[in-house]
Amino acid sequence: MVKYLLRRFGFLILTLLITSMVIFAATQLLPGDVARVILGREAGEAALQALREELGLNDPVPVQYGRWLVNFVRGDWGKSYSTKSEIRPLVIGRLRNSLMLAVVILVISVPVAIFLGVVAGLNENKWIDNVVSIASLAVVGLPEFVTGLVLIQIFAFRLRWFPANSSIRPTTSFLEALPMLILPALTATLVLLAYIARLTRAGVIEELKQQYVRTADLKGLPYRVVIFKHVLRNALIPTITVIAISMGWLISGLIVIENVFNYPGLGRLMVFAIDRRDLPLLQAVTMVAVLGFALSNLLADILYAILDPRIRLG
Amino acid sequence: MEQERAVLEVKDLTVAYRIGERWLEAIRDINLSIFCGQIYGLVGESGSGKTTLAMSILNYLGQNGRILKGSIVFDGEEISQYPKEKMRSFWGSKIALVPQNPLSSLNPTLTVGEQVQEVLRLHLKMPEAAARKRVVELFEQVRLAEPQRVARSYPHQISGGMQQRVMIAMALAASPRLLLLDEPTTSLDVTTQASILDLIKELIQGQDMAVLYVTHNLGVVVELCHRVAVLYAGELVEDAPLEEIFRQPLHPYTFGLLKSVPKLGQNKKEQVLSSIPGQIPALAQRGSGCIFQSRCPIALDICAERPPLESIDAKRSSRCFRWQELLRGEIPLEKLFEAEGEALQASIPVQQKSEAAALDAQGIIVEFESHASLFESLARRSSRKVKAVKDVSIRIEAGDTLGLVGESGSGKTSLARAISGLNEPEAGSIRIYGLSAAPKLSKRNRDVLRRLQMVFQNPEEALNPFMTVGESLRRQLFVLQGIRGEEAQRLAEEMVKAVQLPLDVLNRRPNQLSGGEKQRIAIARAFITNPDVVIADEPVSSLDVSVQATILNLINRLQGNFNNGLLFISHNLAIVGYLADQIAVIYLGALMQLCRAVDLFKPPYHPYTEALLSAVPSVELGKKAQTIRLEGELPSPTERIEGCPFHSRCPRKIGEICERQAPPWRVDESTQKRIYCHYTLEELTELQSPILDVGL
Ligand code: SF4
Ligand code: SF4
Repeated sequence: MVKYLLRRFGFLILTLLITSMVIFAATQLLPGDVARVILGREAGEAALQALREELGLNDPVPVQYGRWLVNFVRGDWGKSYSTKSEIRPLVIGRLRNSLMLAVVILVISVPVAIFLGVVAGLNENKWIDNVVSIASLAVVGLPEFVTGLVLIQIFAFRLRWFPANSSIRPTTSFLEALPMLILPALTATLVLLAYIARLTRAGVIEELKQQYVRTADLKGLPYRVVIFKHVLRNALIPTITVIAISMGWLISGLIVIENVFNYPGLGRLMVFAIDRRDLPLLQAVTMVAVLGFALSNLLADILYAILDPRIRLG
Repeated sequence: MEQERAVLEVKDLTVAYRIGERWLEAIRDINLSIFCGQIYGLVGESGSGKTTLAMSILNYLGQNGRILKGSIVFDGEEISQYPKEKMRSFWGSKIALVPQNPLSSLNPTLTVGEQVQEVLRLHLKMPEAAARKRVVELFEQVRLAEPQRVARSYPHQISGGMQQRVMIAMALAASPRLLLLDEPTTSLDVTTQASILDLIKELIQGQDMAVLYVTHNLGVVVELCHRVAVLYAGELVEDAPLEEIFRQPLHPYTFGLLKSVPKLGQNKKEQVLSSIPGQIPALAQRGSGCIFQSRCPIALDICAERPPLESIDAKRSSRCFRWQELLRGEIPLEKLFEAEGEALQASIPVQQKSEAAALDAQGIIVEFESHASLFESLARRSSRKVKAVKDVSIRIEAGDTLGLVGESGSGKTSLARAISGLNEPEAGSIRIYGLSAAPKLSKRNRDVLRRLQMVFQNPEEALNPFMTVGESLRRQLFVLQGIRGEEAQRLAEEMVKAVQLPLDVLNRRPNQLSGGEKQRIAIARAFITNPDVVIADEPVSSLDVSVQATILNLINRLQGNFNNGLLFISHNLAIVGYLADQIAVIYLGALMQLCRAVDLFKPPYHPYTEALLSAVPSVELGKKAQTIRLEGELPSPTERIEGCPFHSRCPRKIGEICERQAPPWRVDESTQKRIYCHYTLEELTELQSPILDVGL
């Protein structure tokens, strides 16, 4: 088990190194002269040259990469070209926001999705399964901005339960932010819910066919024990690992939702950085996003190993 | 033995499955009573409905199965109409099942100890700690070494034999009144099967319990059962005490079945195997007459009616109109099941005899790399090498059959695949009539490919599902010999005739054929190019007994006609002993014994051969002279073993010398029997007594 985790961890570091190279290469190749972006159209050649020198843009690419990586690991993420402020506090703040949103999304969607999936799976092809399946298909087809806007219409404008604008500040505490998190979380939930529920349903149906279920039945165990202790223990393994993997997406992939609700998450920061050709910012945001993906994958692996003893020893 | 009231009484039970729109009867009018202390054998081939019957008794039929009529009375209580929820108070506590596949029947994510504990806590209301202790006791009872460690293991961490012991412990945990065993040893090796059977026998003895043992293996029935019911195509055709059914079967099907099983000590030189022509009718094709009519050699006009299950005396019954004649011995059944078939027209040229052996494989070594995971191989971590075959040499003369016997993990299939080029061997040379064959299949030229053909256990491996049989055969001829057109068609037709199939199969695809028919086509495909050597890897082990015999006869006859060398691989000693001229016994990738087939059953034996022979359940009553059982488990393939490969389990182990020093080959000059052991042949002869007391 320890060996397995160490190997997984080594794999993670390797992934991060490679992606950091890709990120660096890609951002360097992004069209546009950084110095000109910073100083504006009217700047003279001398000023541009001085700034390039100051930013190290004239050094060979590997040197730039090495310097950038070392600084990044040390926690010195540099200054944003566009806002001229320190990048780290900015990105960390946004990360906090994204994490808060992700947690709320998971808390809402996971229990509901698993419940629906299990109910549908246990009643394969009966009416309740059909209702869940059709409803989840319908929802999964809707784009996020449509569901988002509909939710705003209903809950913000009609019922006035939650605000339509979720632009929280860096100082807003989680509890204060909570009401503003509900609507974006619901929007993401609708997308995630269908996906997790269908996966769970498939898992339950698959496991019900296994012979050990017959063994459990023929031991005389009550139905709920057969289901909860025997079937779900196996059926939920893929679901749980997929949930862990989806953490990565929840942290940095909710660009549309963040835009609809004006929520200051990592996704919007990334769009902002691309917009402004703010290379250091973009690099930092992307690195954090990749880190999020890698860690959530690691988490999935760990969970899988804990849940399935056949992996644990491999 | 308390005999007053049956523990289980099945009356006129008919069960149907829904297939498409129709309900088809899988079992019809079954009557069966099992008393306390009785072990009842239920014998049937695939499609006989034996598992359906077992599941109906458990009242666990699933969504598309339904009891159409009849009753199931358990301890005086009619249970056939009980809903699932009500059955839960019977399952596990009063009726228990030991299923066929222990691994898939255990929950992969719970320890086996916990899975047995559940039964104790539920039915015996034991508290956790007591249950944990009791599990260890139960595991001791079922002879699990290190019961505590096993209890903490997950199913995949223990061997198949151990898993089955766990299942038995689980079934017996709450001392049920009725124990159902559904082919509990079918997935196990013979030596493991033998010790599991011993265990079952011992545990059942003196218990207040009735047992139904469902199997296709007649030998197992002889070992274990008091009474036998024979099931054919969903109907009970005969029901009698063990001795009587074996002494004088009163239904032609029972007779045919008994005759088709190859018996230890039988050899092709002395007799052709009997077989039952045809095959079991499919569910939808079961008419209103006698269910066996289509295959019965003594059918009469009245057999278009359905015969009743008639009581012959208080103890036995038969579902045949002609049982009285059978009882009086007026029908010479013996002759009627003689194998069909005549010699193949020798228009395909016969092999020239030559000095060199048909197949000469020297010093074959096969290694596999065992990676624990994909990641490990990605990271190129030092992989563990597993030696599947350790320096094995074999030689087969033209027209000779070498039978290679071994259990799972013995390396027999690895050796076959190495010789045929499917797995590249690490070392060794392969020669066919002196012509050297490249180790890699892709490096072999057309000529070598033609000379060496293979028949697999699963015929689908050799048949392209998208080609008709005719296309497959003609393609083989064209690719390997450049024969096409009319000539190819003629040869294909001839070959189909030779494997005794009607010519219209040429236009059919594999999925329209039965398992036995597919295997015949695979055999036809292997022989059609007149190869020098054919390797047949377990070609009959997935087939029913009555079909097996036909295929064995067929292989035998084809080989006789073509005069090619045959490497016949099987785990079944009786079959190998029947078909082979020479025998090689393999254990953990190394040969243990080489001898003529006729000498296999006589001492001296290699201690492993001795254990194997002793483990085979014999279909003949009272034929076993002694029992030798192997202790322990097959060592893991990654383990390095010094000295004799068999020392960890050898019942005759001498001492340290066996662990340290590789044994020498002991050779009997007159018979060329070769045994790999520290004992001399004389010492072994002294120690051993014949396993079979047949006059060999
Ligand atoms: S009833 Fe007729 S067809 Fe059936 S087994 Fe007896 S003789 Fe054969
Ligand atoms: S060498 Fe020793 S361990 Fe090996 S078979 Fe002979 S007696 Fe048994």
